[in-house]
Amino acid sequence: MMDFIQLGIGRWLHVISGVMWIGLLYYFNFVQVPAMAEASKDGTAAGISKHVAPRALFWFRWAAVATWLFGAMVLGKAFFDAFLFLKPAYYPIGVGAWLGTIMIFNVWVLIWPNQQKILGMVQATDEEKAKARRVASLASRTNTMLSIPMLFFMTASGGVFRTAVFG
Amino acid sequence: MKYFLDSLGWTVFWGVVLTLILYNIVRYAMQ
Repeated sequence: MMDFIQLGIGRWLHVISGVMWIGLLYYFNFVQVPAMAEASKDGTAAGISKHVAPRALFWFRWAAVATWLFGAMVLGKAFFDAFLFLKPAYYPIGVGAWLGTIMIFNVWVLIWPNQQKILGMVQATDEEKAKARRVASLASRTNTMLSIPMLFFMTASGGVFRTAVFG
Repeated sequence: MKYFLDSLGWTVFWGVVLTLILYNIVRYAMQ
């Protein structure tokens, strides 16, 4: 029963919240950022900044928290085996877990505080906003890049597939 | 299209490169 909750339900919720997180990350990078660039040219960007971006960011940052916590729950007592690379069997998920951890750091430390300045939720001068825009977009781009190896190691970390891929 | 090639194209490119590098490191470490 505990295995069912930890490994079954935990993994399921980890993937659901991970889809929410990475889905919104791809939305930002592949849809919203290019759309904002065009919308700012014809004066329609305000609607996105006011109604869409704050909602997307809300689900984005909390889905990141849920994903990390459910991931930690699935690792359970193997948490340190994975993060500290103590057992070879946990090397692949250890890499995935570290990449995910770097990504949640980027969300809460680099993307979210800077987005608050960009969207006017926090007071900032034009100069601060320009810097915030650079840092936030770089962190967001980095996370999109890191999601590629992160998902590889996550999907390659289980049972028969891990044995086939990593020997 | 230009935007994709300039930025997101490179994001995906480096993501794949990093995946291959890490994949080989982990595979080697597991031997």
